[in-house]
Amino acid sequence: MVSVMEIYQLTPKLNCKKCGLPTCMAFAVALLAREKQIEDCTPLLEPKYEEKLKKLREVMAPVAGATETGLIIHEDRCYGCGNCVVACPVNVANDPKGSAIGLGPKSDKVILVVEDGVVKCLNPKECRRFGPNRILCNLCTATCPSKAIEFV
Amino acid sequence: MAVCTGCSLLCDDIEVSIDGRRIAKTKNLCRKGFGRYRSLTSDRSVPRVDGKQVGIDEAISRAAEMLRDAKRPLLFGWSCSTLEAQRKGIELARKTRAIIDDTSSICQGEIVDMIIRGELPTCTLDDVRNYGDTLIFWGCDPSSSHPRHMSRFSYFPRGEKLQRGHEEDRTAFLIDIRTSPTAKILAGNFIQISPGGDADLIEAMLAVLDGKIPKVRDKKAMISMITTLKKADMGVIFPGLGLAYSLKGRMDRLKALVSRLNETTRYNVIPMVGHYNMRGFNQLLFDETGFINRVSFGDGVDHGPMYSVVEALKSCDLALVVGTDPISSLPAGIAKALARVPMITLDPHRTLTTELSRVVIPTALSGIEAGGSALRMDGVRIEFDPIMKSEYPSDEEVLSKILEEI
Repeated sequence: MVSVMEIYQLTPKLNCKKCGLPTCMAFAVALLAREKQIEDCTPLLEPKYEEKLKKLREVMAPVAGATETGLIIHEDRCYGCGNCVVACPVNVANDPKGSAIGLGPKSDKVILVVEDGVVKCLNPKECRRFGPNRILCNLCTATCPSKAIEFV
Repeated sequence: MAVCTGCSLLCDDIEVSIDGRRIAKTKNLCRKGFGRYRSLTSDRSVPRVDGKQVGIDEAISRAAEMLRDAKRPLLFGWSCSTLEAQRKGIELARKTRAIIDDTSSICQGEIVDMIIRGELPTCTLDDVRNYGDTLIFWGCDPSSSHPRHMSRFSYFPRGEKLQRGHEEDRTAFLIDIRTSPTAKILAGNFIQISPGGDADLIEAMLAVLDGKIPKVRDKKAMISMITTLKKADMGVIFPGLGLAYSLKGRMDRLKALVSRLNETTRYNVIPMVGHYNMRGFNQLLFDETGFINRVSFGDGVDHGPMYSVVEALKSCDLALVVGTDPISSLPAGIAKALARVPMITLDPHRTLTTELSRVVIPTALSGIEAGGSALRMDGVRIEFDPIMKSEYPSDEEVLSKILEEI
């Protein structure tokens, strides 16, 4: 998984503030949190940073499928065990007759479901990591036996 | 709701959308179960006699003829077939004076036998979900073998008396020789042992339970584990193949541990049976003969290790294989010996066994194309209906026809 430092090393390191943030390190953090796009850094689009831009796009490619909360599901690693579905506190609260007791979800408000043998994220906005008052909950990743779920 | 026959959990909360003969979308199936559903349209077997494709009725007639002529047939497999088919299989074994054995003979037979005979206490998986607060997974990796075991029944779900689930109300230990995916989840309670070290660990646990200092392993960790085990309101041990193979012939040690734990609190055992209806065959045969496997109907009912698939291969002159793929799963030497015996195989798919069989009879996939019933790993009967029509007959129908023709 790409780290903030890795992204920072690929920025122009000018602290020009053109992206609206005070430093390139802040931009790297925002880029990883999906609050900014690569294109928001205008100097990076100049020809002299072509190499860095190309490499940045490469390192950001694996996290392209991340949800608004930064959740990434590696479907190739998922066993479809549903541990995350049953352990997710939001699923438990919203679906007491289904996922809370180990059964398939019966409510539309659940975040994680297992479809075609792999886990899918349905309602990322319900996640406790969403929005400004987010909590750094990690029960879905901690209970995954194959480390198929990650947060960026 | 459909039932998944991918493993012995027999999950009955599966949602399936069908588009003609194709599975369009599934919900709640683990990868293993999804693989079984997806196999509906891949690698299906065709009726064959001596390598030539024939009609299914011709294959059945040839199978009946071979069974009628055989002096000492072996009927093997059964773990991936319904209770109804297994009942017909036992009837066929009686009629042909055959040896009948199933995969439990080389799997968890000893533990299942002790449970069915009442020598080990057991409970249902629903009891585990509702009341099981201390769990021991021993010599198994449920995340890989039964992907929904921990999420559906044992560790993660909230139960009637365990409203806070794994976060506060449940403790689970894993005893294994390797850092498996399950070990990664239960990292703090993972006890790694050396291969074959299960009996020594049991001795150490018994020593601590007797108030002595254990001679092996980390003494503090052992005492801490036993303290937790003794505090349980209801404990459950899930022995896997690792424990079954390690304790082979010394299963009294497991019995001693469970009975010693039961002096303080309540402990049950549920073996991690792999195939979806191995437990069903064991129960059926036990009800009819008093033995769970390795039975010969040659001269009345006889039982013994000489009737296990491994030994029976030396004397049988025909093998009928139903609901398993022994050529792929048995050790190479035994598979080679089996391949030398004329085989009749009933299987929905092409397998190494069907490839080496003299007669192949394709059958419907149970749970998808054929209905029936099966016993879950905890002995609870689960019934299922077919979710689509099939051009293939079920195992039960084929065995009935063979019975009629003999």
